[in-house]
Amino acid sequence: MIKVEDLHKSFEDLEVLRGVNTTFEKGKTNLIIGQSGSGKTVFLKCLLGLFTPDEGTILYNGKAYQNFSKNEKRELSKQMGMVFQGGALFDSMTVEENVVFPLKMFTKMTKGEMKNRVEEVLDRVNLVDTNDKFPSEISGGMQKRVSIARAIVNKPNFLFCDEPNSGLDPRTASVIDNLIQEITHENDITTVINTHDMNSVFEIGENILYLENGLKAWEGNKDNIYKTDNQKLTDFVYASNLFQKVRVTQREGL
Amino acid sequence: MFLFYFYQKFQKGLERMLSNYIKSIGQYFIMIYETFRRMTKTSELKRLILQELDDLIISSLGIVVFISFFIGAVIAIQTALNFSNPFVPKSLIGFAARQSIILEFAPTFVAIIMAGKVGSYITSSIGTMRVSEQIDALEVMGINSLNYLVFPKIIAMCMFPFVIAISMFVGIIGAYTASVYGGFLSSEQFLAGLQEDFIPFQVFYAFLKSFIFAIILATVPAFHGYYMKGGSLEVGHAATTSFVWTSVIIIFMNYFITQLLLS
Ligand SMILES: Nc1ncnc2c1ncn2[C@@H]1O[C@H](COP(=O)(O)OP(=O)(O)O)[C@@H](O)[C@H]1O
Ligand SMILES: [Mg+2]
Repeated sequence: MIKVEDLHKSFEDLEVLRGVNTTFEKGKTNLIIGQSGSGKTVFLKCLLGLFTPDEGTILYNGKAYQNFSKNEKRELSKQMGMVFQGGALFDSMTVEENVVFPLKMFTKMTKGEMKNRVEEVLDRVNLVDTNDKFPSEISGGMQKRVSIARAIVNKPNFLFCDEPNSGLDPRTASVIDNLIQEITHENDITTVINTHDMNSVFEIGENILYLENGLKAWEGNKDNIYKTDNQKLTDFVYASNLFQKVRVTQREGL
Repeated sequence: MFLFYFYQKFQKGLERMLSNYIKSIGQYFIMIYETFRRMTKTSELKRLILQELDDLIISSLGIVVFISFFIGAVIAIQTALNFSNPFVPKSLIGFAARQSIILEFAPTFVAIIMAGKVGSYITSSIGTMRVSEQIDALEVMGINSLNYLVFPKIIAMCMFPFVIAISMFVGIIGAYTASVYGGFLSSEQFLAGLQEDFIPFQVFYAFLKSFIFAIILATVPAFHGYYMKGGSLEVGHAATTSFVWTSVIIIFMNYFITQLLLS
């Protein structure tokens, strides 16, 4: 579980986050939604410790980050897995080398144990026969899956995904969404996902945070997001034509 | 009135530029400091260093040998043509070629070539990792990305003086070939000139210089890549800027070291 209290983050004159309060629950897929440029990535990078917040507290399993010792911080970073927007796979390494990398750097596993674990996670994300390929040689969807495999190989307690299905076709996007949701449930971990994709919202939005102007403008889940009275969120949800039609159909009782 | 307006604008711009430069210089030294902290796992570092030796040093040998040979040859021919006075001993050609190759051409000229080849490679490879968030990925895993990326390059570039030694050797062979086979002087005369007034300190100076250039060649382009902002378009831009700065700093350091050690 991650609790965020009064989170502020600015870049020079630009206030990106202006005091966000929320809780990301364990064993659930927690979504952060909002328009492009609304600060989703910045928020996630604060949670990851890549950005230091200007103000506010982030509590991991009840303990504030400021109170972590140096060693505890290092331990915490080993409990985190991240799927970056573009995958961020290491170009110079093969798929297998990418996935084994966190194990090689931070565990005392033997070669055989590493090999088994890598096979296990690659199997979990349904990747076969790609072990010796380089990231540039596989499709975008496969890259995302390798990225997920690399993020979960060290059995993290916290999984962060930055727009995991951007740039993918709807079918592949939905496969990736479901994969992340299953992994979250299987391992009972805290997963935070950035997205502006409405399909994801309705599919895996077990907990949804809507960011607007650097503040939490709405919080809920996929079942009550229809009923929101936040006009901007309504516009956001129904922005795509598909849902426009759905809404019209619903209203007219067809 | 008009002039005053421009003067004000100019002053503001100048102030901003200066403060940016000072900030960058500070950031550069912080980067160097961070590079030597929180070392990456030794086995991984070893692999990275070998990789960088291959990418930075071995792969540059071909071009260095090629250029050194022909520049050495040209230096010899130019000297020969410009000293047609019969009272000047022919061996001077060998002497002049040795001096210019060891003191300036091999260390400085090759360093500038390397700023183009190795420098732009370092900037673009680190810059690409920055824009595609691979550096963030390293940091999230708890790896000191500066140590992981820059330290192996610095260590590999410590082999740069060997490249310079090869360049000196090949340059002199080039000079020998061009002047002896070009019929400007005999082999004995050339070799006599080559050994004339040899001052070992000058060789030390040349290698010290090469070593300092090597550190600049590894770190300045790395700085430009690591702290770049933007997308893939900016990577190309960063590589160009990095080449300009690396050469400028090398040329300036060359002047500084020469003034300090030889005058
Ligand atoms: N490192 C940075 N330096 C300065 N500004 C930044 C930085 N990272 C993000 N921003 C700015 O913060 C705002 C939010 O960006 P981001 O979190 O990437 O949005 P998104 O919701 O699309 O992920 C943008 O205006 C962006 O320009
Ligand atoms: Mg983003």
